[in-house]
Amino acid sequence: MTTPLRGWARRRLLLGAGQIAAVPVLVFVLTEALPGDAAVTIAGDDPDPARIAAIRAALRLDRPAVERFADWAGELVHGELGRSLVSGRPVADYLADGLAPTVLLASVTLVLLVPVAVGLGMLAARREGGPLDRAISTATLGVYAVPEFALGVLLTAVFAIRLGWLPPTAVGGVREQPAVLVLPVVVLLARPVCSVARLVRAGLIEAMAAPYAVHALRCGVPPARVRWTHALPNALAPAAQQLARTADWLLCGVIVAEALFVIPGLGTVLLDAVAARDVPVVQGLAVLFGVVTVVLNLAADLVARRLAPRTEVVV
Amino acid sequence: MDRPHASRPAPGSPNPAARPAARPIARRTLLVASAGAAGAAGALGLAACSPGPAGTPGDAAPGASGTPRRGGRLRALFAGGGANETLDPHLVNLFADAARAKALYEKLADSGSDLAAVPRLAAEWEPNAGLDTWTVRLREAVFHDGRPVTAADVLYSYRRIADPKRAFRARASLEPVDLAASRAIDARTVEFRLKRPYAEFPNVLAAFGAYIVPEGTEDFQHPVGSGPFSFVSFRPGTSLLVRRFDGYWDGAPHLDELEILAAAEESARANALLAGQAEYAHELTPATARAHERGGRIGIVRLRNSAMQGFVMKTDRPPFDDVRVRQAFFLIADRQELVDGALSGAGEIGNDLFGKGAQYYPAGLPQRAQDLDRARALLREAGAEGLKVTLDTSPVAAGFVEAAGILKDQAAKAGVTVEVKVGSKDTYWKDILDGGVFASYRSGALPVESHISQRLLSGSTTNATHWRRPDFDDLYTQAQSTADPAARAALYERMQRRLYDEGGFLIWGFADWIVGTAQRLRGVSAEAPANTLDWARFDKVWLA
Repeated sequence: MTTPLRGWARRRLLLGAGQIAAVPVLVFVLTEALPGDAAVTIAGDDPDPARIAAIRAALRLDRPAVERFADWAGELVHGELGRSLVSGRPVADYLADGLAPTVLLASVTLVLLVPVAVGLGMLAARREGGPLDRAISTATLGVYAVPEFALGVLLTAVFAIRLGWLPPTAVGGVREQPAVLVLPVVVLLARPVCSVARLVRAGLIEAMAAPYAVHALRCGVPPARVRWTHALPNALAPAAQQLARTADWLLCGVIVAEALFVIPGLGTVLLDAVAARDVPVVQGLAVLFGVVTVVLNLAADLVARRLAPRTEVVV
Repeated sequence: MDRPHASRPAPGSPNPAARPAARPIARRTLLVASAGAAGAAGALGLAACSPGPAGTPGDAAPGASGTPRRGGRLRALFAGGGANETLDPHLVNLFADAARAKALYEKLADSGSDLAAVPRLAAEWEPNAGLDTWTVRLREAVFHDGRPVTAADVLYSYRRIADPKRAFRARASLEPVDLAASRAIDARTVEFRLKRPYAEFPNVLAAFGAYIVPEGTEDFQHPVGSGPFSFVSFRPGTSLLVRRFDGYWDGAPHLDELEILAAAEESARANALLAGQAEYAHELTPATARAHERGGRIGIVRLRNSAMQGFVMKTDRPPFDDVRVRQAFFLIADRQELVDGALSGAGEIGNDLFGKGAQYYPAGLPQRAQDLDRARALLREAGAEGLKVTLDTSPVAAGFVEAAGILKDQAAKAGVTVEVKVGSKDTYWKDILDGGVFASYRSGALPVESHISQRLLSGSTTNATHWRRPDFDDLYTQAQSTADPAARAALYERMQRRLYDEGGFLIWGFADWIVGTAQRLRGVSAEAPANTLDWARFDKVWLA
């Protein structure tokens, strides 16, 4: 049992490494395909062609694309992420500066997500079709339908501006006033809580109706034990994978939350870098996001296999 | 990838475009105001609520509420430039950059509220008879580290800006100056040799980004300037903290500290102000202004004439190479409808001329109004009935896409089909410089002379209307060789009359720039268009 798992994990790791390597190439090709380059965006509303040409020369953007990519890849091999085209600061600094707020936001969200979502799902599944189930199902479907930015604007208007209970933005620093995290975390939690809770509910209902659970009940195993030790792990397997996807998704949700609440994290860095056509920064972020995504998905697949070994995990 | 709020015309987007237009210049011929006058013209009080009347040039707002109080930290919010921000004042591009630069640094001159140059580090300037050599005397000012500001610092700064390898924005403004031949006469006197006569040379001293840095400065990690505030700390994309500089020549600021914060989203700036997380929020939307103007929670200051709004027609390409088609478009525009629809009423109508409220603006020309019959007749004469035109626009500036839609409907009434094409906001300004025939356009406040020299001469670097008329160039050259202010004003009027009759700029409005202030913030000027001396001038404000 351990050996096939280990072989499978090795194959997954190799695949993941390939995916991580492919990401910067893809990102480079895509940013090359965007109209304009860093020189054009730096020139802004003063697009004197001679000035754009001078900026381009100063940034060494006048070299062929392949050469520029090779330079960057060469540095990457030596552990260097390169420097921003626009400011000349190391890309690693950009990532380091943006990482803390984003990781804080994402980890608080994930830590709260699991108990809240699983709890809601189990609560709803206890009595399928009962009033509680219907209330939870309706609420999760409704909240899931609200886009993050709309929810954010609404919550800010009510709780920060009208009632004054919470700060509306993180202007002035997150560390100085941790209460600024409340609204962004609620916004980030809203949709994944709904989707994961619905999956847990559906999985649990299905597992409780499965022949092995029915059989266990018939043999006199207490229902709570069947629910907790037999059905729940099966129900959680798809939820674990959904959770990993949620972690990917958080990277996007974080962009919205960061912009709304002025949290200077990676999402903000990414938006600015794309708008400025600051290719090295975009690529640095792509590598980072690629690594995180692949590792999380790998972990989720491993967890899913542990929870429900018979479920074939597609490699 | 777009900003999360792409649907909202991004008044807060950190896009360099659209923001401050290059700012060179101003006039004031031979002379030289004294130091005191410049200071007095500074922002006096104005508690935020009353939007001042449209700018009387040079005036400060009527001071509400009393004596300045010393102390406190002001937190000012701007749409920032993200992690790429730098404190190199020669790299300014956004309003936030300009606000930071003017806290730490200073220029030889700055633009007054009528866009005429006002002496700052320069105490006075004087040209020779040929207007091609200017002697500038510096006032006694010191950098934050105690060194005096000298002629050598000035020449170093200008040479750094003019370095062809750097491509700094202000380089184009310094182009008329022969820096190799210019020299320091003594520690506080600079002699500028120009490549040709230039009566509006003081505009160069006030050019956007032409800040004076200490000689030899290349590292801006711990910037040292001669501005009203000295450096404390900087986190790119987040905040700059500065403190009062007691040695400032124009009087130390009232505030102890100033923190310039960045928030890209307008809603975030408004919310932070409402919740007391900041005392000054730059660039709010008209909707926010209306919602809070009478609410009493925050004050709203409208900076008139801050952004010219219009369309550019390429005068060398069909159909706009026919002057009658351009004239027909002048008559198609219902300007009030454009101001109401695209700017939510926060602005004034335009008259196809740049620089409302600025020196040399020909306010006496009759206001143009929509005249569809006349427009149809002109199109018929030009053989352009059933005309179809593509209008390039982009969400690069607030109101662009809306204005394009409104013009499309207005044109339809004259039988013209306008097809609106929405392009990328990151590359918009370059795309429309030479591409297409018809495009949305806007510009920050700028002296009339700078608008002409940068955009309307055969050799102009950003001539988006492709207006190349040798006789027009001659008028400009003649004006720059004319020392007599009245004679020069007459030449500017001739040039502008020509543009009014047959130019390629359809200028339908001038947008207010809207600033929100906390009730206890006093002394914010309501008269200064964005980017002029009294705009974002935090050394003259105080917290009551």
